[in-house]
Amino acid sequence: MDPIIYNKIITVGVYGSAIGLILIGLYAVLVKKHLTKIVIGLSIIDSGVHLLFIAVGFIKGGTAPIFSPKGIELVNGGAQMVDPVPQALVLTAIVIGFGVTAVALSLVIRLYRHHNTARIDHIKSLKW
Amino acid sequence: MKKAFIILLLVVVGWVLADTFSQITFGESRLGDVKQPETVGAYYLNNTVEKLSVANVITAIVVNYRGFDTLGEVTVLFLAASGLASILYRRKEKGEHDVMILKNSSQLLQTGAKLIFPAILVLGAYVFIHGHLTPGGGFQGGAIIASGFLLMFMAYKDYHVSHNVLTWVESVAGIVFVSVGIWGLISGATFLENVLGTGTLNDLISGGVIPLIYIAVGFKVAAELTGVLETLLNFKTEK
Repeated sequence: MDPIIYNKIITVGVYGSAIGLILIGLYAVLVKKHLTKIVIGLSIIDSGVHLLFIAVGFIKGGTAPIFSPKGIELVNGGAQMVDPVPQALVLTAIVIGFGVTAVALSLVIRLYRHHNTARIDHIKSLKW
Repeated sequence: MKKAFIILLLVVVGWVLADTFSQITFGESRLGDVKQPETVGAYYLNNTVEKLSVANVITAIVVNYRGFDTLGEVTVLFLAASGLASILYRRKEKGEHDVMILKNSSQLLQTGAKLIFPAILVLGAYVFIHGHLTPGGGFQGGAIIASGFLLMFMAYKDYHVSHNVLTWVESVAGIVFVSVGIWGLISGATFLENVLGTGTLNDLISGGVIPLIYIAVGFKVAAELTGVLETLLNFKTEK
């Protein structure tokens, strides 16, 4: 296959799937009535953003930024290491995303205990 | 009608994102020359081995270059765990007692969980002790250990982890992290400065204070995530 077209397909595939995940999550947050599904939507948005970050930092033919004996061998053989900064930022973002999900789920449990339902359209006291 | 607006919004958001990222070629090197670094990523790749002798550059960034940020991150996790506990707190009514899972699980799951639980703990400890040499680190190792506890919670109806023990582990790990930071201040450098000798590359004991901090983070994250699971799974039933 022509390498230029091949590169185009890979680019569209990776960025497209990351942006697609963000849009799917956004759709779930905006449309779904069940609170648990909204929380799931938030964490899908998270995954999309992480994938986008890692994709931006990727270098074609690059190795992981770890100077293990094998990694040093690869670098001496001319391979380049991928950008470590986006990976470190995503590590932070995953942990913060976990915290957000945990607190959101606890609020859902609390609402469920109080109203006996987790659907926002069934919680009457939210309407005015 | 409402759905049409939402679809319109999604199309706009998707178009803006796609337009932005279509200008960034996927797989192209944007680091510049690693030997004469001009970008921050190239600086880290060039200097980590010489100055810190840490094999895993991401660990060096997370724990050393951005150590203060990691302290903040651990604090956010702690706040999430304690916020969760305070939101979900409910006083035990008369005759109620704590249960993790309402039904007993199968014999297969119980035996398997008992068999595999120590191995999961050892794997988690391995991951955070070798955080400066291999992929992984304190957060990942802590998450693995918490998943082992989740398996035990699912298998055994009355399996409990004492909240006192969790609080103690978490507090001691946090104190270790902060005192390593203050150690840097006392020895005349900045907060969280790498004051120990860095050793040789790819040794288990190398990288100065980085393994110490990551072990503390590992214990802290394991205790926090286990606490979160314990709080989320806790039913109270009459009996």
